[in-house]
Amino acid sequence: MSAINVYQQRPGNDAHAESPLHHADLPSLVGKGRKNAGVTLREKAFLGHLTLRGDGRDPAFAGAVFKALGLELPVALTVVANDEMSLQWLGPDEWLLIVPGGQELSVEQKLREALGDLHIQIVNVSGGQTLLQLTGPNVREVLMKSTSYDVHPNNFPVGKAVGTVFAKSQLVIRRTGEDTWELLIRRSFSDYWWLWLQDASAEFGLSIEA
Amino acid sequence: MSQVYRLSNGGRIDRSSVLNFTFNGQSYQGYAGDTLAAALLANGVDIVGRSFKYSRPRGIIAAGCEEPNAILQIGASEATQVPNVRATQQALYAGLVATSTNGWPSVNTDVMGILGKVGGKLMPPGFYYKTFMYPQSFWMTYEKYIRKAAGLGRAPLENDPDSYDYMSHHCDVLIVGAGPAGLAAALAAGRSGARVILADEQEEFGGSLLDSRESLDGKPAADWVAAVVAELKGMPEVLLLPRATVNGYHDHNFLTIHERLADHLGDRAPIGQVRQRMHRVRAKRVVLATGTHERPLVYGNNDVPGNMLAGAVSTYVRRYGVAPGRKLVLSTNNDHAYRVALDWHDAGLKVVAVADARHNPRGSLVEEARAKGIRILTSSAVIESRGSKHVTAARVAAIDVQAHAVTSPGEWLDCDLVATSGGYSPVVHLASHLGGKPIWRDDILGFVPGEAPQKRVCVGGINGVFGLADALADGFEGGVRAASEAGFKAVEGLLPKVLARQEEATLGLFQVPHDRNTARAPKQFVDQQNDVTAAAIELATREGFESVEHVKRYTALGFGTDQGKLGNINGLAIAARSMGITIPEMGTTMFRPNYTPVTFGAVAGRHCGHLFEPVRFTALHAWHVKNGAQFEDVGQWKRPWYFPKGAEDIHAAVARECQAVRDSVGLLDASTLGKIDIQGPDAREFLNRIYTNAWTKLDVGKARYGLMCKEDGMVFDDGVTACLADNHFLMTTTTGGAARVLQWLEIYQQTEWPDLKVYFTSVTDHWATLTLSGPNSRKLLGEVTDIDLDKDAFPFMSWKEGLVGGVPARVFRISFTGELSYEVNIQANYAMGVLEKIAEVGKQYNLTPYGTETMHVLRAEKGFIIVGQDTDGSMTPDDLNMGWCVGRTKPFSWIGWRGMNREDCVRDNRKQLVGLKPVDPSKWLPEGAQLVFDPKQPIPMDMVGHVTSSYAANSLGYSFALAVVKGGLKRMGERVFSPQADGSVIEAEICASVFFDPKGDRQNI
Amino acid sequence: MLHIFCPHCGELRSEEEFHAAGQAHIPRPLEPNACSDEEWGDYMFFRDNPRGLHHELWIHAAGCRQYFNATRDTVTYEILETYPIGAKPQVTGKGASPQLAVSGQGEKV
Repeated sequence: MSAINVYQQRPGNDAHAESPLHHADLPSLVGKGRKNAGVTLREKAFLGHLTLRGDGRDPAFAGAVFKALGLELPVALTVVANDEMSLQWLGPDEWLLIVPGGQELSVEQKLREALGDLHIQIVNVSGGQTLLQLTGPNVREVLMKSTSYDVHPNNFPVGKAVGTVFAKSQLVIRRTGEDTWELLIRRSFSDYWWLWLQDASAEFGLSIEA
Repeated sequence: MSQVYRLSNGGRIDRSSVLNFTFNGQSYQGYAGDTLAAALLANGVDIVGRSFKYSRPRGIIAAGCEEPNAILQIGASEATQVPNVRATQQALYAGLVATSTNGWPSVNTDVMGILGKVGGKLMPPGFYYKTFMYPQSFWMTYEKYIRKAAGLGRAPLENDPDSYDYMSHHCDVLIVGAGPAGLAAALAAGRSGARVILADEQEEFGGSLLDSRESLDGKPAADWVAAVVAELKGMPEVLLLPRATVNGYHDHNFLTIHERLADHLGDRAPIGQVRQRMHRVRAKRVVLATGTHERPLVYGNNDVPGNMLAGAVSTYVRRYGVAPGRKLVLSTNNDHAYRVALDWHDAGLKVVAVADARHNPRGSLVEEARAKGIRILTSSAVIESRGSKHVTAARVAAIDVQAHAVTSPGEWLDCDLVATSGGYSPVVHLASHLGGKPIWRDDILGFVPGEAPQKRVCVGGINGVFGLADALADGFEGGVRAASEAGFKAVEGLLPKVLARQEEATLGLFQVPHDRNTARAPKQFVDQQNDVTAAAIELATREGFESVEHVKRYTALGFGTDQGKLGNINGLAIAARSMGITIPEMGTTMFRPNYTPVTFGAVAGRHCGHLFEPVRFTALHAWHVKNGAQFEDVGQWKRPWYFPKGAEDIHAAVARECQAVRDSVGLLDASTLGKIDIQGPDAREFLNRIYTNAWTKLDVGKARYGLMCKEDGMVFDDGVTACLADNHFLMTTTTGGAARVLQWLEIYQQTEWPDLKVYFTSVTDHWATLTLSGPNSRKLLGEVTDIDLDKDAFPFMSWKEGLVGGVPARVFRISFTGELSYEVNIQANYAMGVLEKIAEVGKQYNLTPYGTETMHVLRAEKGFIIVGQDTDGSMTPDDLNMGWCVGRTKPFSWIGWRGMNREDCVRDNRKQLVGLKPVDPSKWLPEGAQLVFDPKQPIPMDMVGHVTSSYAANSLGYSFALAVVKGGLKRMGERVFSPQADGSVIEAEICASVFFDPKGDRQNI
Repeated sequence: MLHIFCPHCGELRSEEEFHAAGQAHIPRPLEPNACSDEEWGDYMFFRDNPRGLHHELWIHAAGCRQYFNATRDTVTYEILETYPIGAKPQVTGKGASPQLAVSGQGEKV
């Protein structure tokens, strides 16, 4: 028996699925916000999220990750990505890998195979978190109303990702484009974030994208 | 006729825009650009309130935030009431409604007038100590009286309709104050490309330049201000914040700025706009350009309306086109104040005289006044003013400052305005917020900021640099320095040319002598907001309050919203003279945030109403709502508490839910339990060290209950941990303990045992957990799963993987109710679909959803503890009668083992967890109730324990409780008594803590 | 609000992202059972409360979740250095040069 239990936790595509923001019924809000809204929100639902832990200083670890994913292990406060997936530094021994929904098991197996006997941890956390994508000219102001972290472009270039305090809880902010940001949020807090972001973006206008 | 004191021209006001407003119910008119104070003065409103202790009429003294008297209640409706607004800082808008906060029913005809005279006797200085010490029970009465009399204003009774928020900033240079020095600093820093914030509390930038007689580069000072502001506006990295008070200077250059975005626009903010915003700024460098406050001289009856600060008079004349009188007497000890006489004279008004305390003043402004024929009385001062509701005359006499004596009888001069200037105090408040001690400078007769570790630069008036040309240069240089220290290369720039003036030194005069001694002279006010007189300060020092902090507290000098803006230096000077020491020997009090009052709205920001704090929901929440759940807050989580049917109350619902679980099957959402995925070759060893019991022999596929202790041996969390694979475990924690336990694991792994190869990741939100509990749970689950549920294939305390409702699941056979139970874990995205299938199939088994209340009852019937309810951080496993869960022979000295073996932890009369059965089974023991062995003993009784959990409605048919009792485990069958507040006594029998199915047959079938 | 340099994230962050976890460099006794009640009590309950330099344990709770140590002046609240678990402090009182320790961490200038 393997030393680690790796389990297919995702049912087939016909299973009833509810993302963390399911209750907000975002699809029904598409097109209902202000025109030229300063902020546009989209939930990037049902992606595969894997927490990867290991020794970032060990070249064998970084090499195996590269071999399995084709991505260089990102350094502190950065996220690297290709068309398929993104890999983000969370801490000196912790990364977040986001893959297309349904690939989380096969990617975990591939990683485990490449990493061999190294002391690592890979945990499927796809059900516990989701990504909110915010785009638009006023996203920066919304972030400034919410976090004490410096989101000025001098300090927060595209490709940076930081875990920080946001309103009265915590999340991860990722900047993926000039005007595009992502918030990595925990499932149980999703309603709080949804309410908070509606409120913080109200003065700029909020629109929803499917 | 309205606005009788409005000058026919001049001022930075828009005379084409007439604004109506009311004050104390009376209608008035002012202009756009006015402050409320300017408009009141224009309308000849003398009295804006009554004083705190003596109920004396008080008028407007100042033109800025240092105003001690014109502190008003603003608001046209109940919901928009704002207390403690300084009329000098409130821009006038159409429809503004203001009232005095004190002096009821009317400031002019005051019933307190008579009381006030008594009040003066009733409230001598030191009333905090003398009057209110005894009797204590009178405090409530006193407080009511004081509150009303003190003019503290009142909070609205309805919800504020406006919205307030926060905004965080990071900048290279934050400049506080946009007077000449601050503007020059902003130019220098801004041109370097640094991220700059310039904040000023006034309606527009410019500070003293907005009412200055000076010209810059041959043009009016305000033109230079406009040009600078325009240049700054064009810089993308410069943020300009007018109407924004930097209120607090906190650690590591973190400053809070209170911006009033819409206070000048109306009673309510325009729709969609934020009323006030709290900026939270982290600055690499701070430039303090806070300027100075003019200091009044302290003389007799200096609080009669019509006594004003000299600079304020100039401000009203030049900036607002308002002359708050007709006939001016100026009392000064410095050159700069002469501009008031000149401004007054230029406005075509009568300057009766200037009393200059100096012997032979010859500065250029003095000579200019002489040239205009203004009467100047040297070595003289106004020693008292006269008038009941407004000044009618001022007595000017010759004085000897050294001897503190009046040397001539003097003359009464007919006037309606006394302007006074005792010099200029640097505004060191912000520089002192972190404890930096200000330093006295004899040459400027003021305190300047001392050395401090903060990365800051002080420029201009706060630095003791008073001349305009010098302040501009100091500001520019400070801006260059701040920007370069923040890593930017400053660009040189030319400063405007300013006419150099010859100014002579200020004379050290604070309290003006009177021909009677201080105690007998007319009242000489030092702090008008707190009604502190010179006599009170002398009394304080005579009574032995010699430390400046004691004098402050004895007299209330500089208390509250005033923060010593006008009175601080004068009070120190009087105390120092009274004790025969110098001001620096006396020292100064500390200034604390906030510099001026901040509304609660701005403090709360958006963290109010439904955003007050995060609320966490499980993936199944919508189902609970649909099924009528009542919710309970457990930490931040909303958990179903009970599911009432029809008109059921909580007791009926819980009794029904309990019965359904015992008889058939119930369903609980256990998703909130903390879940931690643990992987690594040393995971098992780590568990051995962190839990009290042993984990070495837990096989793959099995689960075990564990207790966690702190090093002191006291239980702090519990839960079931399952072995998923040799190097892989899934730990559960209490709902409230999830984050705490994860951090507990991390701190030991990271700091004590980094050699142990083990990683932890929270999966609390990833797995939704559905608990099926009751004798029919196997049958029900069997209909929706492919897992073999046979009791031998899937025994108690083991887990299996398989499909449940067509979705991959991990099912754990563990029980918190004592019944046959299955905890079904499903990836949270798919949990709702599975729940709906189970609920549908469950109908035939009367599947009953239950909440936390029923869960608590059922577990208590089994004697299962809840950490935090039955424990309180002072209970060892043995205290809980859970010695079976202690690995006494584990080789490693695990966390808690040493602690629980301390002498005190192995006493046999410690409080121990037992069951209690009230002798009258219908009686319910309140949770938390204290217990005694002998109810007849005299009070105070010897308390021997308390009730931790108690349930009347349950499946047993009688009331029962869990309790801790001294030596309780050896007292089975004995009686304890719980005396109640109503005098009754509940008698109970001590019994085992397991009330139901003690052998565990029902969970293990 | 303090501004704390996280040695793992490599930049200054606001205090609200961190939790203080008490005095640093207090290792758990290797043989707890060999400790007298008094020795165990010292380990459990007794901590320094200096006026001046203090070595403290912090966790970057909202960021990288790593523990680290900080040397803080309890009078001025200056943080003179932060350093990872297992490392020794560079600033240890008289004669030490805070400038030396701070260089390379702290503000970007």
